[in-house]
Amino acid sequence: MHASTQQPYPELNIPAAGVDAPSMNAAKPLSNKACKLSVADLNFYYGTFQALSHISMGIFENQVTACIGPSGCGKSTFLRTLNRMNETVRNSRVEGQILLDDVNILEQEVAYVRRRVGMVFQRSNPFPKSIFDNVAYGPRINGTVSNRSGLREKVEQSLRRAALWDEVKDKLNQSAYGLSGGQQQRLCIARALAVDPEVLLLDEPCSALDPIATAKIEDLIFQLKSSCTIVIVTHNMQQAARVADYTGFFLLGRLIEFDSTTVIFKNPAKQETEDYVTGRFG
Amino acid sequence: MADLHTLRRKTVNLVMLTITGFCTLFAAGTLVFILSYLFVHGASSLTWDFFTKLPTPVGEAGGGMANAIVGSAKLLLLASLVGVPIGFLGGVYLAEYGGTTFSFVVRYVTDLLNGVPSIVIGIFAYTIIVLSQKHFSTLAGGLGLGVMMIPIAVRSTEEFLRAVPNSLREGAMALGASKSRAVLSVVIPAAKNGIMTGVMLNLARVAGETAPLLFTSFGNRYWSPGWEQPTSALPVMIFTYAISPYEDWHKQAWSAGFVLLTLVLTVNIIARAVLARTKHVAR
Repeated sequence: MHASTQQPYPELNIPAAGVDAPSMNAAKPLSNKACKLSVADLNFYYGTFQALSHISMGIFENQVTACIGPSGCGKSTFLRTLNRMNETVRNSRVEGQILLDDVNILEQEVAYVRRRVGMVFQRSNPFPKSIFDNVAYGPRINGTVSNRSGLREKVEQSLRRAALWDEVKDKLNQSAYGLSGGQQQRLCIARALAVDPEVLLLDEPCSALDPIATAKIEDLIFQLKSSCTIVIVTHNMQQAARVADYTGFFLLGRLIEFDSTTVIFKNPAKQETEDYVTGRFG
Repeated sequence: MADLHTLRRKTVNLVMLTITGFCTLFAAGTLVFILSYLFVHGASSLTWDFFTKLPTPVGEAGGGMANAIVGSAKLLLLASLVGVPIGFLGGVYLAEYGGTTFSFVVRYVTDLLNGVPSIVIGIFAYTIIVLSQKHFSTLAGGLGLGVMMIPIAVRSTEEFLRAVPNSLREGAMALGASKSRAVLSVVIPAAKNGIMTGVMLNLARVAGETAPLLFTSFGNRYWSPGWEQPTSALPVMIFTYAISPYEDWHKQAWSAGFVLLTLVLTVNIIARAVLARTKHVAR
């Protein structure tokens, strides 16, 4: 595909109507950090409906990248393409390339991709098992931990990383459904962390939570980015402004603008971005 | 005019309310009537001997239906061995792997099988096992009941698996689990209580079936060792004893009916209670 995908140049252009291929303009480098994920000319179709058109962007290592945009703009579809969860949808089709450290994940074994790119969903979805078994699920099915004490250690470490250990350490064998909504979501984060993902995808992780639980998750995102690359989809622009280093604005399946969060919110290049972040539409 | 309209409306309302109310009462009353009638006739002649003794020859007082109780248990065990695995796996396929066309056909055929009269299923088991072996057997009866269990086992398994939220499947797969691994380790455990309840209700239903047993397990006045001989079963005993001309057999038939109904009702109530409690936990 495009040779430029390994460079840290996020694609800033959207093609004009009628133009199929994106014109890759040589934009100024957004960052001198390494790209963990490079997306190049990504198209995604649900049947005949094209949900993503010519998306190209780079996701920087150990940074938080937010995807914002109105409902139905394709930001969740984009996120779910990054760990190939969208493939479970019948009649879906993906084109383009997504490089994770120079490997095209679209050509890898799907379980391998999902171990490296973890995901937390909009609604917390703990399994109907104990807290311990929830966190231990990933290491168990992937066989990454060999013995019981190793597993216990992994569970504790993951719960600590998700800032949940102190709240649940005395009730690891109780059902995960006994936890509050915010705790359940942090449990899901711990569960994702237990397989040591390099990238963590968060699909509106706070949309069902109250402000206090939301603040805890946001704190967590700050702590996690030293060990993980994070991509977060959010409806909440204040949240994007608070947590993200980089922000991409999606509209109607296209990436309208991608830049550092400060630029997107203070000085966007595109009129659509400005209209959206200032609340004039969407 | 207006008054006449109101009067007409009110009269129609009263008449309809009376009719629907009466029908409801009749529907619920039938069960109460059966229950109380069985209780009065069955419980009164129920003795300990009923559970521990073999039937006595005609004219001799006493005796019980121990062989029929054991026979029914053996038949139900065989039926579960046939019906539960086939029904369960079929349900897993329909809920988790089925496409559109093939699933539709399978589901449709399953519903048709559910509508096949039980006596016809009896003939099926008769043809397959009894005719080829040239003798009645527990095996044939168990097969008949097992085939009767299949359609309900398929559909109840499918329904309970479908009730498991898709977010759990996605959650497991996002951690690197394959589809089959996700189904085995998350979806089926989440639906476990429901599926078990379905099996219990299914067993309770076939426990009372008589028609498929009449010419497969046939009946037996003695113990039936192993699986190759005719065996007695509670529903068939009720049938045989009820149409007999002997007063004490009639009493025993009532007792058998009472025991059978109590078992079925107990299983039903326990299963529904388990199910009601499960709904609070699963989302």
